[in-house]
Amino acid sequence: MNFEIAITGFVALYIFMLAAFGGWVIIGNVPAILHTPLMSGSNFVHGIVVVGGIFALLNASTVAEQSIGFVAVLMGAGNVAGGYAVTDRMLAMFKTSEQPVHTVHKKAHKKLAGKKS
Amino acid sequence: MPTIAHLITGAADLIAAFLFMYGLKRMSSPVSAPSGIRVAGYGMLLAILANFLDVFTVNTAAKPHLIVNIVLAASALVIGASIAWFKGRTVAMTEMPQMVAIYNGLGGGAAGAIAAVELFGHKTHGMTQLVVTLLGGLIGAVSLSGSVIAWAKLDEILKKPMRFRGQRLLNAIVFLAAIALAGYIVFAVKSGVATPLPMNSLIWIFYGVTLLFGILMTLPIGGADMPVVISIYNAATGLAVGFDGFVIQDPALMIAGMVVGAAGTLLTLLMAKAMNRSVTNVLFSDFGEVNKKKKGKIIGSEKPVEASDAGIFMRYAASVIVIPGYGLAVAQAQEKLYEFVKLLQAAGVKVRFAVHPVAGRMPGQMDVLLAEAGVPYDLIFQLDAINDDFATTDVALVIGANDVVNPAARTDKSSPIYGMPILNADKAKKVYVVKRGQGKGYSGIENELFYEANCDMVFGDAQAVLVKMIEAVRGLGAAAAA
Repeated sequence: MNFEIAITGFVALYIFMLAAFGGWVIIGNVPAILHTPLMSGSNFVHGIVVVGGIFALLNASTVAEQSIGFVAVLMGAGNVAGGYAVTDRMLAMFKTSEQPVHTVHKKAHKKLAGKKS
Repeated sequence: MPTIAHLITGAADLIAAFLFMYGLKRMSSPVSAPSGIRVAGYGMLLAILANFLDVFTVNTAAKPHLIVNIVLAASALVIGASIAWFKGRTVAMTEMPQMVAIYNGLGGGAAGAIAAVELFGHKTHGMTQLVVTLLGGLIGAVSLSGSVIAWAKLDEILKKPMRFRGQRLLNAIVFLAAIALAGYIVFAVKSGVATPLPMNSLIWIFYGVTLLFGILMTLPIGGADMPVVISIYNAATGLAVGFDGFVIQDPALMIAGMVVGAAGTLLTLLMAKAMNRSVTNVLFSDFGEVNKKKKGKIIGSEKPVEASDAGIFMRYAASVIVIPGYGLAVAQAQEKLYEFVKLLQAAGVKVRFAVHPVAGRMPGQMDVLLAEAGVPYDLIFQLDAINDDFATTDVALVIGANDVVNPAARTDKSSPIYGMPILNADKAKKVYVVKRGQGKGYSGIENELFYEANCDMVFGDAQAVLVKMIEAVRGLGAAAAA
């Protein structure tokens, strides 16, 4: 069996169309509070370009191709790692009400704290 | 071995593509968002590791160079990733917009470079592939140089929008030149005619022109509009990555790139809508150049009050809505603000935060900065959710915000911010505005709110003002206890 992938003409257009529709729907109802993390998160996702860079570099056979391929992997790796680090940091800051930092339900937390102590 | 390698990379890419979409979906809600990025991260790790199996399927020309190439790839991966990781972990939250800009530029550059490798190596098969490769190169290169300019502007290396006569014409000419060059390359390859310059030189010139276009296109755009611009380039990079995916026959790139392309486009539209600007307006108009003539129309004067008095007044109010702006972040006073808010809450005051969609320099950035200071996000309300409550609120405390509370947006048709949804701070019974000095907002417009009868000004650095407020309120408690 041959598992090599071959995408041509219309198949590519179908993939593009479905993926674009998916992206549009996924982001659909995002609250404004998440705009920055989401921009950063989607920025991370297109970091998959590093995989393309690795492919191009591994298949390079001249010095020019190797140098440009090296730059591609370097930049793509920066995109991936930086995008992840920044997004993860931002999202880790969002606290939910269940966590004990919440102050609106102070009384409830005092009760909880009282039980613990 | 090649068959097994294809099977494994194919499966890994499929799983990765699924995890990206699932991760992004989780990122669309604050509750599940932190796990969303991790889900996408696993997908990425899997895809990167699996694709090193390409070593078993490289083309014959590259076989003799394989060891060198593997070493190059691994070292580029390690160097690029560790620098960006370190920077991303240590950068201050206020500098987040320019970091996103630069990471996005790197992605665009990578996409452009991949297209370049395919072009220089003459590896494209057929017309469709050649055209798509050139498109990927064009969009990637524009995204790279444009993002670098956006970064420089946000980092205030470039301070002023650069505008000159005939700029739009020049941009159009440069853009058309890039398209014409691409067209000529396609024509020359197809017909096999001899070109006046070697093909590789043509490709270099093509990249030079596209990079130049990215720079020229971004230079005239003002700093306030940069978030929208970064979002556009983010979507553009996605598109370029998708095109590259088609060229190198990798569906994971195609799907991830196109998902980001679409999601980024929608995000751009949402942001532009929140700023009451159309995307074409952002790209092709001269914001901030209009309407500086009107002066002295405003009647009354600003009434300065002491920080401690304002603090004590709020201590005895029933409800307070805090409106934080970027000035708060500049003064690094978010934590002091939350300390003050906690004091008010301890005294039984109902405190909420009202965040304008464009507070900060990027939509949603203020939410992140407040979250960093420990403010739980259910105390934070978006414009639509809280705007009707101002009328029944005792105090609106405006800290470091200006344009987002300017009533001119509702009333003054000649104002450049006319029509922008604003927070109705002026409807509160009492308004305190904490401000460094008597300057104007980002857009350079006078703010009538500051002259209203119910508005008092607390001049000073936000951090210093909040320290005084905290001391005043604590002093009350101590006096009562004594």
